[in-house]
Amino acid sequence: MDTNFQPVLSINDLSKSFDDTVAIDHFNLAISQGEFITLLGPSGCGKTTLLRLIAGFEKPDRGTIFLDGVSIIPLPPEKRKVNTVFQSYALFPHMTVFENIAFGLRLRNVSSQELKETVGAALEQTKLASFAGRMPSQLSGGQQQRVAIARAIVNKPRVLLLDEPLSALDARLRSEMQVELKRLQRELNITTILVTHEQDEALSLSDRVVVMNEGEIAQIGTPREIYEEPSSLYVARFIGDINLLPATIEGRNVGDTLGATMLGQQISLNSSLDFSPGTKVQILLRPEDIRLDRDIQEDMPRFSGTIVERRYRGATLDTTIQLDHGPTIQACEFFDENDPDFDYQIGERVEVSWVRGWEVILPDEE
Amino acid sequence: MHKSLLLYFATIFIFLYLPIGVLVLNSFNLNRYGMHWDGFTLQWFSAMVRNHGLMEAARNSLLVALSSASLATFIGALGAVGMYLYRFKGQQILKGTLLSMLMIPDIILAIAFLVLFILLGVSLGFWSLLLAHITFCLPFAVMTVFARLQGFDPFLLDAARDLGASESQVLSRIVLPLLRPALLASWLLSFTLSLDDVIVSSFVTGPSFDVLPLKIFSMVKVGVKPEVNALATLMIGVSIVFVIISQSLIKEKKR
Repeated sequence: MDTNFQPVLSINDLSKSFDDTVAIDHFNLAISQGEFITLLGPSGCGKTTLLRLIAGFEKPDRGTIFLDGVSIIPLPPEKRKVNTVFQSYALFPHMTVFENIAFGLRLRNVSSQELKETVGAALEQTKLASFAGRMPSQLSGGQQQRVAIARAIVNKPRVLLLDEPLSALDARLRSEMQVELKRLQRELNITTILVTHEQDEALSLSDRVVVMNEGEIAQIGTPREIYEEPSSLYVARFIGDINLLPATIEGRNVGDTLGATMLGQQISLNSSLDFSPGTKVQILLRPEDIRLDRDIQEDMPRFSGTIVERRYRGATLDTTIQLDHGPTIQACEFFDENDPDFDYQIGERVEVSWVRGWEVILPDEE
Repeated sequence: MHKSLLLYFATIFIFLYLPIGVLVLNSFNLNRYGMHWDGFTLQWFSAMVRNHGLMEAARNSLLVALSSASLATFIGALGAVGMYLYRFKGQQILKGTLLSMLMIPDIILAIAFLVLFILLGVSLGFWSLLLAHITFCLPFAVMTVFARLQGFDPFLLDAARDLGASESQVLSRIVLPLLRPALLASWLLSFTLSLDDVIVSSFVTGPSFDVLPLKIFSMVKVGVKPEVNALATLMIGVSIVFVIISQSLIKEKKR
């Protein structure tokens, strides 16, 4: 297929403002066939506007969007081969589940035989076969969600747009639907753009995550890259829990490490980046990177502190440690077979460090 | 407790329906003046049918009510859909003037219509009556339909466009079917408003075009006529049928 060589959707230099607020700022993105892309960011970062621009509900101030190499900017929403699943589902309340799903096909005058088969297949794929005759008001939230998805995919869109589709569901149902959504997307090999503010959804579903900030791309990469190598404090703060420790760069050591001072101690950091001596940086450490007491590796710096909180989470023991000469630190330790019963008392003195090489150095933005 | 509650309901019920009950009873009462029960009769109903003036006024009233309810609902629905779908300059002013129309006393409206019709040289009769009735029904029609539209999920229209519907298909396949209950409500409301309007009608109709409320009003000036009782009973019967129809339509919607 030649579509492998050309992106399905490519966004070139797209900008959109509302009154004086910039929603999308010189945005560029190319998405290839079958890819699952997530637009992640807080509300107001422009992610929903971008989705509405692709669907055709908004007109950009400048820039173009190409679908299979052809600009879709002049086309109204009904002429674009993209379909949207709305946050509120927007099911037609006066139509049965079957008629809701058949809506797009009927408008294209599909023969009644083909319509029955296609809708039937979509009902099967979304496990809705026994609900075909129901009205939307007679369905649970999760079922309504499935109807909304079926109604979109039945039209075989080139790109499926999902606008925070899982945000109205409770936590358990949400993770069930995540699995199902991913399965459907894989089976149909449908190019998908998901808009969400849930980092956990973004990490578990996507091939690539686009972290957005004020209408621009803050970082784009695989979920692993975004989580393990955030390029800025903004991205780091948005994805997962973090500990930030201020440090000052001293200079490059022999053996390709950076020398730095952190909380009064000399430490060496793994980094290929070059910082001039005296630069203030933030050392980013995830709670699961932190090591306490006897788990600390040799040659690693040790910072003393006091346990101020402990939370038993089943698989992990989460602790909050107040460092003697620094901020509080969140730590997350897994129970292992050597010592399944380890625990801490509040007020207990501990030493804190991290796994060598797992630190991320970010320029201090403040 | 239970008994006093029952008594309370009974009192309210009697308070509300005793006058109507007396009227209905009297329409079947042999006694012409309704002072006491002289026996059952249908003669007032046949007298009513034979009263040509009354029948003509009833026909006129029905004609005006049917046309003004239909036209007011049509124009009002278009206006409401326009106000819902598009943003334009003066929209708030338009909405405000429509709302204030609901609060202007009928007598003021009536004088205003009369002055206008005289100024424009419109002869008073069917057309002047129809125009006036459409005008005072219109705000009710717009508000009923607009309220329903505002209850919609705004993304319904986006969703229909997204699935391939053109603007006219959105109207015919989504907006109109969803508006059906509101259109019916608006029509029934306008029909009732038009049918029992006395004040505006008395100003804007001429001697050649008599309508029912005015006819009844002039007939009872010289004592209650039993054929008026019969007509009233008939109209109550029709209203009850209307109420049952609209209730069952609402129930169907909820299910």
